[in-house]
Amino acid sequence: MAALTKEQFEIPAKMRAWSLGLIAAGVLAFILGLVTKGLSGDEHKKAEFIGTLMYNSIFWLLVCNASMFFICITTLAMGAWQVAIRRIPEAISTLVKIFGPIAFVILVYVVIVDHNHHIYHWISDEAKEDPVLKGKLGFLNPTFYLIWTTLAIGLWMLLGARMRKLSEEADDAALRGEEPGKSFIWRNTVSASLFIVWFALTVGSTVPWLWMMSIDAHWYSTMYSWYTFASSFVSGMSLIALWVIYLKNKGYLQYANEEHLHDVGKFMFAFSIFWTYLWFSQFMLIWYANIPEETVYFKHRVDGPYKGIFFLNLIINFVCPLLILMKRAAKRNYTLMTFMAVLIIFGHWIDFYQMVMGSIRKEDAGISWLDFGIAAFFVGMIIFFVGKALASKPLTPKYHPFMKESIIHHT
Amino acid sequence: MAKKTFVVGCFDDEAVLFPAVKKTRLAGYKIHDIYTPFAVHGLDHAMGLRETSLHTAGFIYGITGTTTALSGIGWILTKDWPINFGGKPHFALPAWIPIMFELTVLFSAVGMVLTFCYLCQLAPFVKKHHFHPRATDDLFVMVIETTAKTNVEDLKGFLKANGAVEVDVQVAEPGWWLGRYDKEQQLIRDVEVA
Repeated sequence: MAALTKEQFEIPAKMRAWSLGLIAAGVLAFILGLVTKGLSGDEHKKAEFIGTLMYNSIFWLLVCNASMFFICITTLAMGAWQVAIRRIPEAISTLVKIFGPIAFVILVYVVIVDHNHHIYHWISDEAKEDPVLKGKLGFLNPTFYLIWTTLAIGLWMLLGARMRKLSEEADDAALRGEEPGKSFIWRNTVSASLFIVWFALTVGSTVPWLWMMSIDAHWYSTMYSWYTFASSFVSGMSLIALWVIYLKNKGYLQYANEEHLHDVGKFMFAFSIFWTYLWFSQFMLIWYANIPEETVYFKHRVDGPYKGIFFLNLIINFVCPLLILMKRAAKRNYTLMTFMAVLIIFGHWIDFYQMVMGSIRKEDAGISWLDFGIAAFFVGMIIFFVGKALASKPLTPKYHPFMKESIIHHT
Repeated sequence: MAKKTFVVGCFDDEAVLFPAVKKTRLAGYKIHDIYTPFAVHGLDHAMGLRETSLHTAGFIYGITGTTTALSGIGWILTKDWPINFGGKPHFALPAWIPIMFELTVLFSAVGMVLTFCYLCQLAPFVKKHHFHPRATDDLFVMVIETTAKTNVEDLKGFLKANGAVEVDVQVAEPGWWLGRYDKEQQLIRDVEVA
């Protein structure tokens, strides 16, 4: 039974040091950015600073929230293979409690406190006279923004916490046997359904419209929310893969093997293709119809300062996963999977960069120290708090009714 | 093709089948194939079959489809018969991608089906030898190929001792065309014991 002691994660000192270092670098970048850009009095520099905070906080929040989506969707599908690694997405999803309020403060600051019409054009008084925006003001107004943002983040936190609370029962031998097991699965199904419904109403539709698409207040795309969802979900799966590999390398997670990693890799591969499908569906129809009010979104991205980033985005997020992750052996290889996971997360971070900053500062593009600094803060927070959450529970939900099925999983 | 002699052992339980497969390979007998009513997880591994290369073939068919579509449309719409569609450039790549995608899928799907039929030696009007009709119902049928050196009676006794409910000897044609799929099967005796 000596192996079982390895089912309790202990935070290595090196990991703690790295995470704290990254957080410190992020805080430093934030302060420097605030002084040089945020408080500089120049509207453009200020918008750039706030935009950087916005896309980073939204991206990392949605990536961590995607973990809870993964748990809920596999629960609803009666999936069993993920049970052996389930504590990892659970730990990642605890970050919603932290990134949720951070994103909330930033977004509410922009809309309610700062009233920044440089970012959200629909806030300005001109919008009331604008024939296009007039029709959208029922949805795009500060009151609705505040209510919906509060509800979205609040319920993600609440429903996610419910799922995690339920999962604690799987550490208790009382769950053994048919009756408790059935009741456990049923309660999981109910909670997961609630989360999925709310997820569909927020990440799957309204929240990307409200937070990001409305920066281009005149423009709209029906693909936008799914595109955002695909982006965050594939990065979320990559983040899970990174943690699985990390823990395996440290000798934890004895029940997870390359079969489980293979399935995570399949998600990374499949959703990279799905993301491209949505990317293309959005782009091709607008390119083909060539209507000025629609092409305004792509003009400076395809053929302007964002050209490099725009095509880099496509290469990193489509061509690389397609060619590298296609082979079965690649999805079972720790090195390749680590490389691809980092690349995919970076690629979708770039994607969010061009989605938000491409609309805020159309005239020039450039990823600067500020972007990397703020991202370092969020990465540091993920390392620190995921480590903490992992250490707080056993790494294997030992008495989960599907545990055996997960152990003998074979792809 | 030459006819061969096969010893056929029928099992009624997977739990009996798996150890029997292992022992058969350890004893050095060559398993021709195992016919089961449903896909049995891990049986390919137990039999020592190599990974199929059907997906590699699929990938090659796929890129052939992509190339065919791209070069076909590209040649037609830029060189052979350029037409102005709504002011789009003649080389209108985004508009071609759906067709390139469809041809990729078509080529790889059709190609893989045909390859699969070839590998399993299936074709219209070809009658395959059935070793046991209940292989599609409730029996796991293990077929062992014999050579001149095989003692058939010993082998029958061996299968019985390992839990076969029915054992018989059949003479049949192993395949009807080029390329035997089981060519590269390794005997576990040679791999693990030696």
